Amino acid sequence: MATSTTGQMRQLPSASARRAKAPRTEYLIIGNSAGGIAAAEAIREVDREGAITIVSEEPYLAYSRPLISDYLAGERSLDSMLLRLPDFYERNKIEALLGTKVARVDFDHKLIELEDGRRVAWRKLLLATGGTPIIPKLKGSHREGVFTFTTLDDAKKIREAVDRQRKVVVIGGGLIGVSLAQALVHRGVVVVMVELMDRVLGTALDVEASHLVEEALRRKQIEIVLGQTVKEIVGRPEDGRRVGGVILEDGRTMACDGVVFGIGVAPRAELVKGSAVTVKRGIVVDRHMATSCRGVYACGDAAEGYDFVHKTNRPIPVWPNAVAGGQVAGYNMAGRPTRYEGSTGMNALNCFGLSTVAAGLVEPKGDPSCEVLVKPSAANGTYRKIVLKNNRIVGMVFVGDIERSGIVFGLMKDGINVRHFKETLLSPDFGLGSLPDGLRRKRLSLPNSQRSEARGNEE
Amino acid sequence: MRPVYAKEDVCIGCGLCEVYCALAHSISQDLIKAFKKEHPRPLARIRVERTDGLFLPMQCRHCADSPCVYACLTGAMYKDPDSGVVAVEPEKCSGCWTCIMVCPYGAITRDIDRGIVAKCDLCPGRDVPACVANCPNEALVWIEDGAAGRASSLAATAQEGIGGY
Repeated sequence: MATSTTGQMRQLPSASARRAKAPRTEYLIIGNSAGGIAAAEAIREVDREGAITIVSEEPYLAYSRPLISDYLAGERSLDSMLLRLPDFYERNKIEALLGTKVARVDFDHKLIELEDGRRVAWRKLLLATGGTPIIPKLKGSHREGVFTFTTLDDAKKIREAVDRQRKVVVIGGGLIGVSLAQALVHRGVVVVMVELMDRVLGTALDVEASHLVEEALRRKQIEIVLGQTVKEIVGRPEDGRRVGGVILEDGRTMACDGVVFGIGVAPRAELVKGSAVTVKRGIVVDRHMATSCRGVYACGDAAEGYDFVHKTNRPIPVWPNAVAGGQVAGYNMAGRPTRYEGSTGMNALNCFGLSTVAAGLVEPKGDPSCEVLVKPSAANGTYRKIVLKNNRIVGMVFVGDIERSGIVFGLMKDGINVRHFKETLLSPDFGLGSLPDGLRRKRLSLPNSQRSEARGNEE
Repeated sequence: MRPVYAKEDVCIGCGLCEVYCALAHSISQDLIKAFKKEHPRPLARIRVERTDGLFLPMQCRHCADSPCVYACLTGAMYKDPDSGVVAVEPEKCSGCWTCIMVCPYGAITRDIDRGIVAKCDLCPGRDVPACVANCPNEALVWIEDGAAGRASSLAATAQEGIGGY
């Protein structure tokens, strides 16, 4: 147990402000993205009247974060990135405090204090605070022309600068780095990608699929530097304030006009520091998305949700998990007990026309209990891999022909024993028709909500 | 919500549902022009799976709890609150394929030419979806399900009954 934050609240600006009763909301949601919006909708489904307040430091209506690459590429305006119609908040009777940062949370008195001094009291709180871009400590990262790539404002800054930048070094070859590199190429920028691992998308894909993506990136003249990291960002000879190049760990130097950190995000949990809310790598939640502090919930990139492949809680910073977790949190906050089914690492990617889907344990090296089925990559650009453990699917990679990947994902999610038809999983014709009659009928006729009950019967 | 169901023992795998689906989603609405003149070519949103002598026409089930809607990164995929139809707004779709990854029926298709996804919309504006109306063997049925949730039992009945068909 940690100490309370009452001490902090004693430092409020004036005695009168402290005495003034803070306006109270039934449901307070910090964060206005995937998780926050899903939670608000779930709450409204159950409770039509209870006051909902959403606070976000970003000044925008909820928008699609993944689309910031399209925005940077110049293919989209903010209007076409909005997750909901502009009247969403009004229609759902949600008070949106946008462009307002939460300064601190008082868990004992169930209050937040905003940076502008306003306070809001709550009955139930959701921490949908997302992730913070990982920025390694390195010399020269203060220079003009160094960016991160997580929010729309980040994309705006890069877009403004990019026309002056002919060559940009992208640090990180994960999903953020790859989508960023694609967007920059669309803008005609020369891109160098520096990745610490020996391949791109090392946590999302298996080795073979990584190599296929690398080929796709190189075909677009992206230079990929693997097993390396940037040691220092140096200034220009004529103007040291601005980025002029980078020095790699191995001493190599590279001239460039800009540097973007696209390494990834870490759960953003600074608001709960020193509170009763337990934090490991992310905010710890149970299967109802409730934190260790009564009445406080968390979801999305900020939290550690349940992973049904690894059978443990861990941060899985991908959009669909934030939505699923936010929805479960919302139902529970509004008094409809709902259990989070769990999820796993999963990513779909369209990299310069190369379609990939990967989920679960895709590279089970050193796990002898895993069986790996592989259909090697073919000239038509297709590749498929299924990882099994005790005849149950625990990982999958599809490249090229991805249309039936969701069927495999469903079998994985529901823990179906595939012993009798596993050889068909790699077939180009694989579909629901490949499943044994009884199983196929079950999967065709049961709505999703009943699938968990079906699980026991099929084992 | 009533999706289209297939009587798998009745389906002869002719693929006319695919042809008429693509036609229904064409610009010209003319069979020859749609397939010979339209670029990009109109796409079928139903696909007949052909495995081991089994023919199984598959398209979107318009799930009550639609995983594609929750997975959609852009808000393009939505479930119409009134009709229950799961549909995609083409302008908002970014072609990231996340919905394809989570569809347990494999019922969403890449429209590679347009860089977006394509799926069954139950043919808005028609009395009966084109695939059902043009199935020569009445293998495709569009069951009136009445109350929500009964679709599953009706579908099960439809499929159980197939054995003695």
